[in-house]
Amino acid sequence: MSLTFTRRGRVVPLAAAALSLSLAVSACGGDDSGDGGDGGGDGNLSVTFLPKNLGNPYFDASSTGGETAMDELGGEFKEVGPAEATPDSQVSFINTLTQQGVGAIAVSANDPEAICDALDEARDAGTYVVTFDSDTNPECRDVFVSQADAEGIATKQVELIAEQIGDEGQIAILSASANATNQNAWIELMEEDLAANHPNIELVEVAYGDDDDQTSFDKTAALLQTYPQLKGIVSPTTVGIAAAARYLSTSQYKGKVALTGLGTPDQMREYIKDGTVESFALWNPEELGYLTAYTSAALINGDITGEEGDTFEAGDLGDYEVGADGVVLLGDPTVFNADNIDDFNF
Amino acid sequence: MTSLLHPSEKSSAATERSYADHARPLWQRILITRESAVVVALVAVILYASATVPFFDRPITMTYLLLDVTPILLIALPMTLIIITGEIDLSVASTLALASVLFGVLYDAGMPITVAALLALLAGLVAGCLNGFLVTVVGLPSLAVTIGTLALFRGIAVGLLGTTAITDFPDAWTDWASDRIGGGDVPQVMIPFVVLAIAFIVLLHFTPFGRGIYAIGQNETAARFSGVKVVRTKMILFALAGLVSAAAGIYYTLRYGSSRGDNANGLELQVIAAVLLGGVSIFGGRGALPGVIAGVLLIGVIASALRLADYTADVINIVTGLLLVASVASPALLAWIGRRRRPRSAATTPGD
Repeated sequence: MSLTFTRRGRVVPLAAAALSLSLAVSACGGDDSGDGGDGGGDGNLSVTFLPKNLGNPYFDASSTGGETAMDELGGEFKEVGPAEATPDSQVSFINTLTQQGVGAIAVSANDPEAICDALDEARDAGTYVVTFDSDTNPECRDVFVSQADAEGIATKQVELIAEQIGDEGQIAILSASANATNQNAWIELMEEDLAANHPNIELVEVAYGDDDDQTSFDKTAALLQTYPQLKGIVSPTTVGIAAAARYLSTSQYKGKVALTGLGTPDQMREYIKDGTVESFALWNPEELGYLTAYTSAALINGDITGEEGDTFEAGDLGDYEVGADGVVLLGDPTVFNADNIDDFNF
Repeated sequence: MTSLLHPSEKSSAATERSYADHARPLWQRILITRESAVVVALVAVILYASATVPFFDRPITMTYLLLDVTPILLIALPMTLIIITGEIDLSVASTLALASVLFGVLYDAGMPITVAALLALLAGLVAGCLNGFLVTVVGLPSLAVTIGTLALFRGIAVGLLGTTAITDFPDAWTDWASDRIGGGDVPQVMIPFVVLAIAFIVLLHFTPFGRGIYAIGQNETAARFSGVKVVRTKMILFALAGLVSAAAGIYYTLRYGSSRGDNANGLELQVIAAVLLGGVSIFGGRGALPGVIAGVLLIGVIASALRLADYTADVINIVTGLLLVASVASPALLAWIGRRRRPRSAATTPGD
């Protein structure tokens, strides 16, 4: 925190000096096209997406959404990014964007702290910073566009499994690694939700597939043998649900044991089509990118400042409000089933 | 006469080349070298990019560039010496990560930050000595040894911290890592780098120890018989590589304010690429530090210019890769051209 303050403290007089200088220049020459453009990004409707890495279908989808939004807004869209998901390579790209003076950077952070200094410099130069998918420390950015809150994710998965097994019987959870922060938070919320609202469902085991395809596959087999009465499996990880579906699709349990969780349409398409899986959920990365671009544009246009309670309109997605800590929430996860799965490619 | 001359000419490429080198006037020997070719390329790229790439000619480009390449610059110094002896050290980036993690963990455990930094440096020294011991005393090939320790040190680093990171370093220290000299454009981390670079240049180019390094690379057995302490020399070089990598690890941690097990993953390849691009022979015995420093900067400038021109990371990798292949292949190509031309000149000499 104190870091931010000292930095700001040092920069404000500088920025003020630069501003008065550029005012003086424009008063004399009547020309405001000079280098003073660094002083404020307002009206510069250009947004650059900086995903964790390039060549990742998830971020390809979010960039597609961002591009659609910028087309609708008549602004400029650009995507840059490192080949590997490392924080140091993101810093180089942030520095480059700072030099280029883009209106806003939309970044999915590879590290909450490591890119902060670079983002601070970008903001000092008048660029707005929006994080999406993966946040930095809140003081390093203007707004975080969150794909979904933990509660929404947990409740949606419980709702799907309850629906598919008729709200009673044994279920198991196939998670990622035992210390995966996200998954553990969701599992805890799922347990609370089950205890409070679904008394007839019994959670018999939480197994860990370590986000490894083979381990998840083996753990699925073990679960089904250990609990012959098992009626459903929830796998809140894309690797786990795909491995479990692959096991179920060739086993005697196909169609008898329900499977749901978080997966991507491309991985799960064949298992939806062959009836192994009825439905599963995930936030829609394309909508996430779309909302991120609209949020960035709202900052550039001065419609919002990132304060709690600011509201703005995000095209087809409707109206949004900035919540506590400058977080904009995309909304409930999308549910994928046989009816809609062919509309998605990621 | 001819029958006496020919075998000696063919016996050793090295002897032949050193005759050829000294046959040229001094100014040619100094100016027409691989090192100066890299410097010329560096200047050419800077001029071209300044003229064609928007924003490249701003001083801030240099600031960011120097901050980005500092770890590579640092580690390239001992790496050059190691490669000139004909060995290699692939474990440098893992040592960097190990030092980064130790620095973070020890500081996080309540140790004074100076002590944590010194212990991290010590760990780097020990890591380097382990490499040196396995290569010299046990006599294993450095490629195999350092592939092993690459995995080992990285494994320890990741194991100590898992997927978490330590980030609460004192502002005075993290600010120091990215501050500029006198509020100008040159990062102040350049001061320790320049001191270190001068030390390494003196060591390699102006001391008997440095001549020994070239001698080992040219012919280890001959060097040993002429009194070069091969084991001691290599041991010192690997220890230095560990120590400097650890220093780079502390800088890296402070620059990004984050101590992580996956810090600088794959950096060893960038270091080796820059060293080879700077004119050091992968077979040992040839190379100079000024060329290597120009090589590191050349790769950095190209990457920076391409990023500013909105090229993706893949294009940057392809260009750097091509450049590296070209620089490694060019001596062989030149030698091939030389061999094709030699028969004619050889034929004329006896005729005269």
